[in-house]
Amino acid sequence: MVEIATQSLKRLIFIVVVLSYSVFQAAAWVSEEEPIDSLQTGTEQLDSPVNTEEHPAEHADEHNGKFEPGKFIMDHIGDSYDWHIATFGEKHFSIPLPVILYTSEKGLTVFMSSAFHHGHESHNDFYISSSEKYKGKIVYLNEANEEVRPLDISLTKNVTGLLISMIILVWVFLSVAKSYRKREGKAPTGLQNLLEPLILFIRDDVARSSIGEKHYMRFMPYLLTVFWLIFLNNVLGLVPIFPGGANVTGNIAVTLVFAVITFAITSFSGKAAYWGHVFWPPVPHALKILMIPIEIIGVFIKPFVLMVRLFANITAGHIIALGFFSLIFIFGGIHVGAGYGVSIVTLIFTVFMTMLELLVAFIQAYVFTFLSALYFGMAVEEHHH
Amino acid sequence: MGLVNPDFGLLFWTLISFSIVLFILGKFAWKPILKSLKDREVSIESALKSAEDAKMEMHKLQADNEKIILEAKSQRDILIREAREVKETIIREAKTEAGAEASKLIKNAREAIENQKAAAITDIKNQVTELSIDIAKKILERELSSPEEQKKFIASLLKQVNPN
Repeated sequence: MVEIATQSLKRLIFIVVVLSYSVFQAAAWVSEEEPIDSLQTGTEQLDSPVNTEEHPAEHADEHNGKFEPGKFIMDHIGDSYDWHIATFGEKHFSIPLPVILYTSEKGLTVFMSSAFHHGHESHNDFYISSSEKYKGKIVYLNEANEEVRPLDISLTKNVTGLLISMIILVWVFLSVAKSYRKREGKAPTGLQNLLEPLILFIRDDVARSSIGEKHYMRFMPYLLTVFWLIFLNNVLGLVPIFPGGANVTGNIAVTLVFAVITFAITSFSGKAAYWGHVFWPPVPHALKILMIPIEIIGVFIKPFVLMVRLFANITAGHIIALGFFSLIFIFGGIHVGAGYGVSIVTLIFTVFMTMLELLVAFIQAYVFTFLSALYFGMAVEEHHH
Repeated sequence: MGLVNPDFGLLFWTLISFSIVLFILGKFAWKPILKSLKDREVSIESALKSAEDAKMEMHKLQADNEKIILEAKSQRDILIREAREVKETIIREAKTEAGAEASKLIKNAREAIENQKAAAITDIKNQVTELSIDIAKKILERELSSPEEQKKFIASLLKQVNPN
Protein backbone atom coordinates (compact mmCIF):
# COMPACT_ATOMS: atom_id res chain seq x y z
CA MET A 1 0.00 0.00 0.00
CA VAL A 2 2.76 2.35 1.03
CA GLU A 3 4.62 1.49 -2.12
CA ILE A 4 1.68 2.32 -4.35
CA ALA A 5 1.15 5.58 -2.48
CA THR A 6 4.77 6.68 -2.90
CA GLN A 7 4.69 5.66 -6.54
CA SER A 8 1.62 7.71 -7.33
CA LEU A 9 3.06 10.58 -5.29
CA LYS A 10 6.21 10.42 -7.38
CA ARG A 11 4.14 10.42 -10.55
CA LEU A 12 2.15 13.40 -9.32
CA ILE A 13 5.32 15.32 -8.46
CA PHE A 14 6.73 14.51 -11.88
CA ILE A 15 3.61 15.80 -13.62
CA VAL A 16 3.61 18.95 -11.50
CA VAL A 17 7.28 19.59 -12.24
CA VAL A 18 6.83 19.08 -15.97
CA LEU A 19 3.76 21.29 -16.07
CA SER A 20 5.34 24.05 -14.02
CA TYR A 21 8.41 23.86 -16.22
CA SER A 22 6.23 24.29 -19.27
CA VAL A 23 4.37 27.20 -17.72
CA PHE A 24 7.68 28.77 -16.84
CA GLN A 25 8.98 28.17 -20.35
CA ALA A 26 5.87 29.64 -21.87
CA ALA A 27 6.04 32.62 -19.53
CA ALA A 28 9.71 33.23 -20.30
CA TRP A 29 9.30 33.01 -24.04
CA VAL A 30 6.16 34.99 -24.09
CA SER A 31 7.33 37.75 -21.77
CA GLU A 32 10.26 38.48 -24.04
CA GLU A 33 7.97 39.54 -26.80
CA GLU A 34 5.45 41.31 -24.59
CA PRO A 35 2.65 40.08 -26.78
CA ILE A 36 0.07 40.60 -24.07
CA ASP A 37 0.76 44.27 -24.55
CA SER A 38 0.19 43.93 -28.23
CA LEU A 39 -2.92 41.97 -27.55
CA GLN A 40 -4.39 44.70 -25.47
CA THR A 41 -3.67 47.51 -27.82
CA GLY A 42 -4.64 45.58 -30.87
CA THR A 43 -8.04 44.60 -29.60
CA GLU A 44 -10.76 46.01 -27.47
CA GLN A 45 -9.90 43.78 -24.49
CA LEU A 46 -8.45 46.64 -22.44
CA ASP A 47 -10.82 46.03 -19.58
CA SER A 48 -9.82 42.42 -19.12
CA PRO A 49 -9.06 42.32 -15.38
CA VAL A 50 -5.84 40.31 -15.50
CA ASN A 51 -4.29 42.23 -18.32
CA THR A 52 -5.11 45.75 -17.16
CA GLU A 53 -3.66 45.07 -13.81
CA GLU A 54 -0.33 43.92 -15.08
CA HIS A 55 0.03 45.94 -18.21
CA PRO A 56 -1.33 49.46 -18.22
CA ALA A 57 -2.42 50.55 -21.63
CA GLU A 58 -0.02 53.49 -21.96
CA HIS A 59 2.90 51.20 -23.01
CA ALA A 60 1.19 50.37 -26.19
CA ASP A 61 2.27 53.43 -28.16
CA GLU A 62 5.51 52.08 -29.61
CA HIS A 63 4.01 48.83 -30.84
CA ASN A 64 1.80 48.69 -33.83
CA GLY A 65 -0.48 46.49 -31.78
CA LYS A 66 -0.64 43.55 -34.13
CA PHE A 67 0.88 40.23 -33.16
CA GLU A 68 3.10 38.96 -35.98
CA PRO A 69 4.02 35.30 -35.41
CA GLY A 70 6.58 35.30 -38.23
CA LYS A 71 8.51 38.18 -36.74
CA PHE A 72 8.12 36.77 -33.23
CA ILE A 73 9.57 33.41 -34.28
CA MET A 74 12.36 34.81 -36.43
CA ASP A 75 13.46 37.16 -33.65
CA HIS A 76 13.80 34.21 -31.30
CA ILE A 77 15.67 31.81 -33.50
CA GLY A 78 17.95 34.52 -34.85
CA ASP A 79 20.91 36.21 -33.27
CA SER A 80 20.84 39.50 -31.37
CA TYR A 81 23.22 41.98 -29.84
CA ASP A 82 21.85 41.69 -26.33
CA TRP A 83 20.50 38.77 -24.33
CA HIS A 84 16.87 39.42 -23.65
CA ILE A 85 15.72 37.97 -20.31
CA ALA A 86 12.22 39.29 -19.87
CA THR A 87 10.00 42.29 -20.40
CA PHE A 88 7.71 43.64 -17.73
CA GLY A 89 5.41 46.31 -19.05
CA GLU A 90 7.69 48.60 -20.99
CA LYS A 91 10.81 47.66 -18.99
CA HIS A 92 13.12 45.42 -20.93
CA PHE A 93 15.46 43.25 -18.94
CA SER A 94 18.35 42.12 -21.01
CA ILE A 95 22.02 41.41 -20.53
CA PRO A 96 24.08 43.87 -22.58
CA LEU A 97 26.79 42.18 -24.63
CA PRO A 98 29.96 43.68 -26.06
CA VAL A 99 29.81 44.96 -29.61
CA ILE A 100 33.08 44.79 -31.50
CA LEU A 101 33.20 46.54 -34.88
CA TYR A 102 35.93 47.39 -37.30
CA THR A 103 35.77 49.83 -40.19
CA SER A 104 38.65 51.15 -42.23
CA GLU A 105 37.61 54.75 -41.44
CA LYS A 106 37.03 54.47 -37.70
CA GLY A 107 39.22 51.53 -36.83
CA LEU A 108 38.21 49.26 -33.98
CA THR A 109 35.12 50.28 -32.02
CA VAL A 110 34.09 48.45 -28.86
CA PHE A 111 31.07 49.29 -26.74
CA MET A 112 28.26 47.56 -24.89
CA SER A 113 25.06 46.83 -26.75
CA SER A 114 23.11 48.70 -24.04
CA ALA A 115 24.23 51.86 -25.84
CA PHE A 116 21.61 51.11 -28.50
CA HIS A 117 18.81 51.17 -25.91
CA HIS A 118 17.17 48.12 -27.44
CA GLY A 119 17.69 49.28 -30.97
CA HIS A 120 16.14 52.70 -30.52
CA GLU A 121 19.28 54.83 -30.57
CA SER A 122 22.49 54.98 -32.53
CA HIS A 123 25.95 54.95 -31.04
CA ASN A 124 29.00 56.45 -32.71
CA ASP A 125 27.02 56.54 -36.01
CA PHE A 126 26.38 52.80 -35.75
CA TYR A 127 22.79 51.74 -35.46
CA ILE A 128 20.72 48.60 -35.79
CA SER A 129 19.24 48.48 -39.23
CA SER A 130 15.60 47.95 -39.91
CA SER A 131 15.99 47.77 -43.67
CA GLU A 132 15.08 44.62 -45.57
CA LYS A 133 18.71 43.78 -46.38
CA TYR A 134 20.40 44.19 -43.00
CA LYS A 135 17.48 43.74 -40.65
CA GLY A 136 18.64 43.54 -37.03
CA LYS A 137 22.30 43.98 -37.91
CA ILE A 138 24.60 46.86 -37.00
CA VAL A 139 25.21 49.20 -39.95
CA TYR A 140 26.46 52.70 -40.60
CA LEU A 141 25.84 55.13 -43.42
CA ASN A 142 28.62 55.74 -45.90
CA GLU A 143 29.17 58.91 -47.95
CA ALA A 144 26.62 57.81 -50.50
CA ASN A 145 24.10 57.49 -47.64
CA GLU A 146 23.90 53.75 -48.11
CA GLU A 147 23.78 51.28 -45.27
CA VAL A 148 27.07 49.43 -44.96
CA ARG A 149 27.97 46.58 -42.63
CA PRO A 150 31.17 47.07 -40.66
CA LEU A 151 33.37 44.07 -39.91
CA ASP A 152 31.26 42.80 -37.06
CA ILE A 153 32.80 40.42 -34.53
CA SER A 154 30.48 41.34 -31.68
CA LEU A 155 29.92 38.89 -28.88
CA THR A 156 26.31 38.37 -29.81
CA LYS A 157 23.77 36.21 -27.99
CA ASN A 158 24.82 33.13 -29.94
CA VAL A 159 28.54 33.77 -29.44
CA THR A 160 27.96 34.27 -25.72
CA GLY A 161 25.80 31.17 -25.54
CA LEU A 162 28.49 29.20 -27.33
CA LEU A 163 31.19 30.54 -25.00
CA ILE A 164 29.09 29.73 -21.92
CA SER A 165 28.52 26.20 -23.17
CA MET A 166 32.23 25.84 -23.86
CA ILE A 167 33.11 27.04 -20.37
CA ILE A 168 30.67 24.48 -18.93
CA LEU A 169 32.12 21.80 -21.17
CA VAL A 170 35.74 22.55 -20.28
CA TRP A 171 34.95 22.82 -16.59
CA VAL A 172 32.96 19.57 -16.53
CA PHE A 173 35.43 17.50 -18.50
CA LEU A 174 38.53 18.85 -16.79
CA SER A 175 36.97 17.88 -13.46
CA VAL A 176 36.04 14.49 -14.88
CA ALA A 177 39.57 14.05 -16.16
CA LYS A 178 40.85 14.95 -12.71
CA SER A 179 38.64 12.34 -11.09
CA TYR A 180 39.97 9.80 -13.59
CA ARG A 181 43.50 10.65 -12.55
CA LYS A 182 42.66 10.65 -8.86
CA ARG A 183 40.76 7.40 -8.89
CA GLU A 184 42.98 5.59 -11.30
CA GLY A 185 41.86 2.04 -12.03
CA LYS A 186 38.87 2.32 -9.71
CA ALA A 187 35.18 2.25 -10.55
CA PRO A 188 33.80 5.62 -11.74
CA THR A 189 31.66 7.74 -9.41
CA GLY A 190 29.40 10.79 -9.70
CA LEU A 191 29.75 12.94 -12.78
CA GLN A 192 32.39 10.62 -14.13
CA ASN A 193 29.93 7.77 -13.89
CA LEU A 194 27.24 9.81 -15.64
CA LEU A 195 29.39 10.81 -18.61
CA GLU A 196 31.47 7.69 -19.03
CA PRO A 197 28.81 5.61 -20.83
CA LEU A 198 28.48 8.30 -23.50
CA ILE A 199 32.24 8.67 -23.87
CA LEU A 200 32.47 4.90 -24.25
CA PHE A 201 29.54 4.97 -26.66
CA ILE A 202 31.33 7.52 -28.86
CA ARG A 203 34.54 5.56 -28.64
CA ASP A 204 33.22 2.04 -29.23
CA ASP A 205 30.05 2.41 -31.27
CA VAL A 206 30.88 5.55 -33.23
CA ALA A 207 34.63 5.90 -33.68
CA ARG A 208 35.92 2.36 -33.42
CA SER A 209 33.19 0.79 -35.51
CA SER A 210 33.32 3.30 -38.35
CA ILE A 211 37.00 4.30 -38.44
CA GLY A 212 38.61 1.03 -37.49
CA GLU A 213 40.89 -0.17 -34.74
CA LYS A 214 44.04 1.25 -36.30
CA HIS A 215 43.19 4.92 -36.72
CA TYR A 216 40.25 5.71 -34.46
CA MET A 217 42.24 7.08 -31.54
CA ARG A 218 43.51 9.96 -33.73
CA PHE A 219 39.99 11.28 -34.28
CA MET A 220 38.64 10.78 -30.78
CA PRO A 221 39.38 14.29 -29.42
CA TYR A 222 37.51 15.97 -32.28
CA LEU A 223 34.60 13.52 -32.22
CA LEU A 224 34.15 13.79 -28.46
CA THR A 225 34.43 17.58 -28.46
CA VAL A 226 32.01 18.04 -31.31
CA PHE A 227 29.53 15.54 -29.85
CA TRP A 228 29.45 17.10 -26.40
CA LEU A 229 29.42 20.65 -27.73
CA ILE A 230 26.49 19.99 -30.05
CA PHE A 231 24.63 17.97 -27.42
CA LEU A 232 25.13 20.59 -24.71
CA ASN A 233 24.10 23.45 -27.00
CA ASN A 234 21.06 21.54 -28.23
CA VAL A 235 19.96 20.98 -24.64
CA LEU A 236 20.76 24.55 -23.57
CA GLY A 237 18.70 25.74 -26.53
CA LEU A 238 15.68 24.04 -24.96
CA VAL A 239 16.09 25.96 -21.71
CA PRO A 240 14.08 29.13 -22.19
CA ILE A 241 16.06 31.59 -20.07
CA PHE A 242 19.68 32.61 -19.61
CA PRO A 243 22.15 30.85 -19.90
CA GLY A 244 20.02 28.74 -22.21
CA GLY A 245 17.76 29.83 -24.99
CA ALA A 246 20.37 30.85 -27.50
CA ASN A 247 19.76 28.99 -30.73
CA VAL A 248 23.44 28.12 -31.17
CA THR A 249 23.32 24.80 -32.98
CA GLY A 250 20.32 26.09 -34.93
CA ASN A 251 22.50 28.77 -36.45
CA ILE A 252 24.00 28.02 -39.82
CA ALA A 253 27.28 29.78 -39.05
CA VAL A 254 28.00 27.42 -36.15
CA THR A 255 27.07 24.27 -38.03
CA LEU A 256 29.07 25.58 -41.00
CA VAL A 257 32.21 25.76 -38.87
CA PHE A 258 31.71 22.23 -37.53
CA ALA A 259 31.05 20.90 -41.04
CA VAL A 260 34.10 22.69 -42.45
CA ILE A 261 36.31 21.22 -39.72
CA THR A 262 34.96 17.73 -40.47
CA PHE A 263 35.59 18.36 -44.15
CA ALA A 264 39.15 19.61 -43.47
CA ILE A 265 39.99 16.62 -41.26
CA THR A 266 38.54 14.20 -43.84
CA SER A 267 40.50 15.81 -46.65
CA PHE A 268 43.78 16.04 -44.75
CA SER A 269 43.65 12.47 -43.51
CA GLY A 270 42.48 11.14 -46.89
CA LYS A 271 44.79 8.40 -48.08
CA ALA A 272 45.61 7.37 -51.65
CA ALA A 273 42.71 4.91 -51.64
CA TYR A 274 40.26 7.68 -50.70
CA TRP A 275 41.41 10.18 -53.32
CA GLY A 276 41.76 7.37 -55.84
CA HIS A 277 38.15 6.50 -55.22
CA VAL A 278 37.15 10.12 -55.75
CA PHE A 279 39.18 10.89 -58.88
CA TRP A 280 39.33 7.43 -60.46
CA PRO A 281 36.36 5.46 -59.17
CA PRO A 282 36.43 1.70 -59.69
CA VAL A 283 33.69 1.60 -62.33
CA PRO A 284 33.75 0.71 -66.04
CA HIS A 285 35.48 3.34 -68.16
CA ALA A 286 32.30 4.49 -69.81
CA LEU A 287 30.78 5.29 -66.44
CA LYS A 288 33.82 7.22 -65.27
CA ILE A 289 32.69 10.36 -67.10
CA LEU A 290 29.55 10.27 -65.01
CA MET A 291 31.02 9.05 -61.75
CA ILE A 292 34.03 11.34 -61.42
CA PRO A 293 31.98 14.57 -61.20
CA ILE A 294 29.51 12.86 -58.87
CA GLU A 295 32.28 11.71 -56.57
CA ILE A 296 33.92 15.15 -56.56
CA ILE A 297 30.61 16.87 -55.81
CA GLY A 298 29.98 14.23 -53.16
CA VAL A 299 33.11 15.30 -51.29
CA PHE A 300 31.52 18.72 -50.79
CA ILE A 301 27.96 17.52 -50.39
CA LYS A 302 28.82 15.41 -47.36
CA PRO A 303 29.85 18.32 -45.11
CA PHE A 304 27.13 20.49 -46.61
CA VAL A 305 24.53 17.95 -45.59
CA LEU A 306 26.04 17.75 -42.12
CA MET A 307 25.70 21.51 -41.82
CA VAL A 308 22.12 21.70 -43.06
CA ARG A 309 20.88 18.68 -41.11
CA LEU A 310 21.91 19.97 -37.71
CA PHE A 311 20.84 23.54 -38.46
CA ALA A 312 17.47 22.55 -39.85
CA ASN A 313 16.59 20.04 -37.15
CA ILE A 314 17.33 22.34 -34.26
CA THR A 315 15.80 25.40 -35.87
CA ALA A 316 12.70 23.43 -36.79
CA GLY A 317 12.28 22.34 -33.17
CA HIS A 318 12.46 25.96 -32.02
CA ILE A 319 10.07 27.10 -34.71
CA ILE A 320 7.50 24.47 -33.77
CA ALA A 321 7.62 25.33 -30.06
CA LEU A 322 7.38 29.04 -30.81
CA GLY A 323 4.61 28.37 -33.29
CA PHE A 324 2.55 26.74 -30.56
CA PHE A 325 3.04 29.78 -28.36
CA SER A 326 2.11 32.09 -31.19
CA LEU A 327 -1.20 30.23 -31.37
CA ILE A 328 -2.06 31.57 -27.91
CA PHE A 329 -1.72 35.16 -29.09
CA ILE A 330 -3.32 34.62 -32.44
CA PHE A 331 -6.36 33.16 -30.71
CA GLY A 332 -6.03 35.70 -27.92
CA GLY A 333 -6.20 38.38 -30.58
CA ILE A 334 -9.59 37.09 -31.56
CA HIS A 335 -10.85 36.66 -28.04
CA VAL A 336 -9.05 36.59 -24.71
CA GLY A 337 -10.96 33.52 -23.59
CA ALA A 338 -9.88 31.70 -26.73
CA GLY A 339 -6.31 32.67 -25.92
CA TYR A 340 -6.52 31.09 -22.47
CA GLY A 341 -8.28 28.06 -23.89
CA VAL A 342 -5.64 27.49 -26.55
CA SER A 343 -2.88 27.99 -23.99
CA ILE A 344 -3.85 24.73 -22.29
CA VAL A 345 -3.59 22.83 -25.56
CA THR A 346 -0.37 24.64 -26.33
CA LEU A 347 1.08 23.64 -22.98
CA ILE A 348 0.35 20.00 -23.63
CA PHE A 349 1.85 20.22 -27.10
CA THR A 350 4.90 22.07 -25.80
CA VAL A 351 5.53 19.46 -23.12
CA PHE A 352 5.38 16.83 -25.82
CA MET A 353 7.62 18.86 -28.13
CA THR A 354 10.16 19.50 -25.39
CA MET A 355 10.38 15.77 -24.72
CA LEU A 356 10.78 15.15 -28.43
CA GLU A 357 13.38 17.89 -28.71
CA LEU A 358 15.39 16.32 -25.89
CA LEU A 359 15.52 13.18 -27.98
CA VAL A 360 16.37 15.21 -31.10
CA ALA A 361 19.11 17.03 -29.16
CA PHE A 362 20.83 13.73 -28.54
CA ILE A 363 20.08 12.18 -31.92
CA GLN A 364 21.40 15.14 -33.90
CA ALA A 365 24.60 15.32 -31.85
CA TYR A 366 25.00 11.58 -32.37
CA VAL A 367 24.26 11.76 -36.11
CA PHE A 368 26.73 14.59 -36.66
CA THR A 369 29.43 12.71 -34.76
CA PHE A 370 28.62 9.40 -36.37
CA LEU A 371 28.66 10.76 -39.92
CA SER A 372 31.91 12.64 -39.23
CA ALA A 373 33.39 9.38 -37.99
CA LEU A 374 32.08 7.59 -41.08
CA TYR A 375 33.75 10.15 -43.36
CA PHE A 376 37.01 9.85 -41.44
CA GLY A 377 36.69 6.10 -41.76
CA MET A 378 36.33 6.41 -45.54
CA ALA A 379 39.32 8.73 -45.66
CA VAL A 380 41.69 6.43 -43.80
CA GLU A 381 40.50 3.17 -45.36
CA GLU A 382 43.53 1.38 -46.76
CA HIS A 383 42.03 -0.58 -49.64
CA HIS A 384 38.71 -1.25 -51.23
CA HIS A 385 37.00 -4.55 -51.35
CA MET B 1 17.05 35.32 -45.96
CA GLY B 2 18.86 35.99 -42.71
CA LEU B 3 18.35 32.50 -41.39
CA VAL B 4 20.58 30.75 -43.91
CA ASN B 5 23.12 33.55 -44.21
CA PRO B 6 26.09 32.70 -42.02
CA ASP B 7 27.17 35.68 -39.96
CA PHE B 8 30.86 36.50 -40.14
CA GLY B 9 31.17 37.36 -36.45
CA LEU B 10 29.66 34.08 -35.35
CA LEU B 11 31.77 32.14 -37.84
CA PHE B 12 34.86 33.86 -36.55
CA TRP B 13 34.12 33.29 -32.87
CA THR B 14 32.94 29.71 -33.39
CA LEU B 15 36.11 28.81 -35.25
CA ILE B 16 38.42 30.45 -32.70
CA SER B 17 36.64 29.23 -29.59
CA PHE B 18 36.11 25.75 -30.98
CA SER B 19 39.80 25.44 -31.82
CA ILE B 20 40.78 26.54 -28.31
CA VAL B 21 38.26 24.21 -26.67
CA LEU B 22 39.36 21.34 -28.90
CA PHE B 23 42.97 21.98 -27.89
CA ILE B 24 42.25 22.29 -24.15
CA LEU B 25 39.91 19.31 -23.98
CA GLY B 26 42.09 17.23 -26.28
CA LYS B 27 45.16 17.81 -24.18
CA PHE B 28 43.79 17.96 -20.65
CA ALA B 29 40.54 16.02 -20.76
CA TRP B 30 40.17 13.50 -23.58
CA LYS B 31 43.75 12.28 -23.47
CA PRO B 32 43.80 11.40 -19.75
CA ILE B 33 40.19 10.17 -19.83
CA LEU B 34 40.73 7.88 -22.80
CA LYS B 35 44.05 6.74 -21.41
CA SER B 36 42.63 5.83 -18.03
CA LEU B 37 39.64 4.14 -19.69
CA LYS B 38 42.06 2.08 -21.74
CA ASP B 39 44.23 1.37 -18.71
CA ARG B 40 41.24 0.31 -16.71
CA GLU B 41 40.05 -1.96 -19.49
CA VAL B 42 43.47 -3.54 -19.73
CA SER B 43 43.70 -3.99 -15.98
CA ILE B 44 40.20 -5.45 -15.78
CA GLU B 45 41.00 -7.79 -18.62
CA SER B 46 44.24 -8.91 -17.04
CA ALA B 47 42.51 -9.29 -13.67
CA LEU B 48 39.85 -11.45 -15.28
CA LYS B 49 42.50 -13.45 -17.05
CA SER B 50 44.51 -14.00 -13.89
CA ALA B 51 41.34 -14.97 -12.05
CA GLU B 52 40.66 -17.48 -14.79
CA ASP B 53 44.23 -18.72 -14.52
CA ALA B 54 43.91 -19.02 -10.76
CA LYS B 55 40.71 -20.99 -11.22
CA MET B 56 42.42 -23.33 -13.65
CA GLU B 57 45.36 -23.67 -11.30
CA MET B 58 43.01 -24.50 -8.46
CA HIS B 59 41.25 -27.08 -10.59
CA LYS B 60 44.59 -28.61 -11.43
CA LEU B 61 45.60 -28.61 -7.78
CA GLN B 62 42.32 -30.17 -6.83
CA ALA B 63 42.79 -32.88 -9.41
CA ASP B 64 46.34 -33.40 -8.15
CA ASN B 65 45.11 -33.61 -4.60
CA GLU B 66 42.55 -36.19 -5.55
CA LYS B 67 45.18 -38.17 -7.36
CA ILE B 68 47.48 -37.97 -4.34
CA ILE B 69 44.69 -39.05 -2.02
CA LEU B 70 43.80 -41.96 -4.29
CA GLU B 71 47.42 -42.98 -4.46
CA ALA B 72 47.75 -42.75 -0.71
CA LYS B 73 44.64 -44.85 -0.29
CA SER B 74 45.90 -47.56 -2.59
CA GLN B 75 49.27 -47.39 -0.90
CA ARG B 76 47.58 -47.83 2.43
CA ASP B 77 45.59 -50.80 1.13
CA ILE B 78 48.72 -52.41 -0.17
CA LEU B 79 50.50 -51.85 3.14
CA ILE B 80 47.61 -53.31 5.08
CA ARG B 81 47.45 -56.33 2.80
CA GLU B 82 51.16 -56.87 3.10
CA ALA B 83 51.02 -56.52 6.85
CA ARG B 84 48.23 -59.01 6.99
CA GLU B 85 50.18 -61.42 4.85
CA VAL B 86 53.26 -60.98 7.00
CA LYS B 87 51.18 -61.57 10.09
CA GLU B 88 49.70 -64.71 8.65
CA THR B 89 53.08 -66.02 7.57
CA ILE B 90 54.51 -65.33 10.97
CA ILE B 91 51.64 -67.08 12.66
CA ARG B 92 51.87 -70.01 10.27
CA GLU B 93 55.60 -70.30 10.74
CA ALA B 94 55.26 -69.99 14.46
CA LYS B 95 52.64 -72.66 14.42
CA THR B 96 54.73 -75.10 12.37
CA GLU B 97 57.81 -74.35 14.41
CA ALA B 98 55.95 -74.86 17.63
CA GLY B 99 54.47 -78.08 16.32
CA ALA B 100 57.90 -79.34 15.30
CA GLU B 101 59.35 -78.40 18.63
CA ALA B 102 56.55 -80.10 20.48
CA SER B 103 56.84 -83.29 18.52
CA LYS B 104 60.59 -83.22 19.03
CA LEU B 105 60.08 -82.81 22.74
CA ILE B 106 57.56 -85.63 22.81
CA LYS B 107 59.91 -87.79 20.84
CA ASN B 108 62.75 -87.01 23.22
CA ALA B 109 60.57 -87.67 26.19
CA ARG B 110 59.39 -90.90 24.68
CA GLU B 111 62.97 -91.89 23.99
CA ALA B 112 63.97 -91.02 27.50
CA ILE B 113 61.07 -93.01 28.86
CA GLU B 114 62.00 -95.90 26.63
CA ASN B 115 65.59 -95.71 27.81
CA GLN B 116 64.58 -95.51 31.42
CA LYS B 117 62.21 -98.44 30.92
CA ALA B 118 64.92 -100.49 29.28
CA ALA B 119 67.36 -99.59 32.03
CA ALA B 120 64.81 -100.51 34.67
CA ILE B 121 64.04 -103.80 33.00
CA THR B 122 67.74 -104.56 32.76
CA ASP B 123 68.09 -103.69 36.43
CA ILE B 124 65.19 -105.93 37.35
CA LYS B 125 66.61 -108.68 35.25
CA ASN B 126 69.98 -108.32 36.94
CA GLN B 127 68.37 -108.29 40.41
CA VAL B 128 66.24 -111.31 39.50
CA THR B 129 69.36 -113.08 38.32
CA GLU B 130 71.26 -112.19 41.50
CA LEU B 131 68.32 -113.25 43.65
CA SER B 132 67.99 -116.46 41.70
CA ILE B 133 71.67 -117.14 42.11
CA ASP B 134 71.40 -116.29 45.83
CA ILE B 135 68.45 -118.53 46.24
CA ALA B 136 70.14 -121.22 44.26
CA LYS B 137 73.27 -120.85 46.35
CA LYS B 138 71.30 -121.11 49.60
CA ILE B 139 69.42 -124.10 48.29
CA LEU B 140 72.59 -125.72 47.35
CA GLU B 141 74.05 -125.08 50.85
CA ARG B 142 71.08 -126.66 52.62
CA GLU B 143 70.99 -129.61 50.30
CA LEU B 144 68.87 -132.56 50.93
CA SER B 145 68.24 -132.33 54.70
CA SER B 146 64.66 -133.17 54.05
CA PRO B 147 62.34 -132.66 51.25
CA GLU B 148 59.88 -131.12 53.65
CA GLU B 149 62.45 -128.80 54.94
CA GLN B 150 63.43 -127.94 51.46
CA LYS B 151 59.93 -126.97 50.51
CA LYS B 152 59.58 -124.78 53.62
CA PHE B 153 62.82 -123.17 52.99
CA ILE B 154 62.02 -122.37 49.40
CA ALA B 155 58.69 -120.86 50.48
CA SER B 156 60.44 -118.65 53.06
CA LEU B 157 62.88 -117.54 50.44
CA LEU B 158 60.14 -116.72 48.12
CA LYS B 159 58.45 -114.82 50.94
CA GLN B 160 61.60 -112.78 51.35
CA VAL B 161 61.57 -111.92 47.66
CA ASN B 162 57.89 -111.21 47.39
CA PRO B 163 57.43 -108.02 49.50
CA ASN B 164 59.03 -105.83 46.95
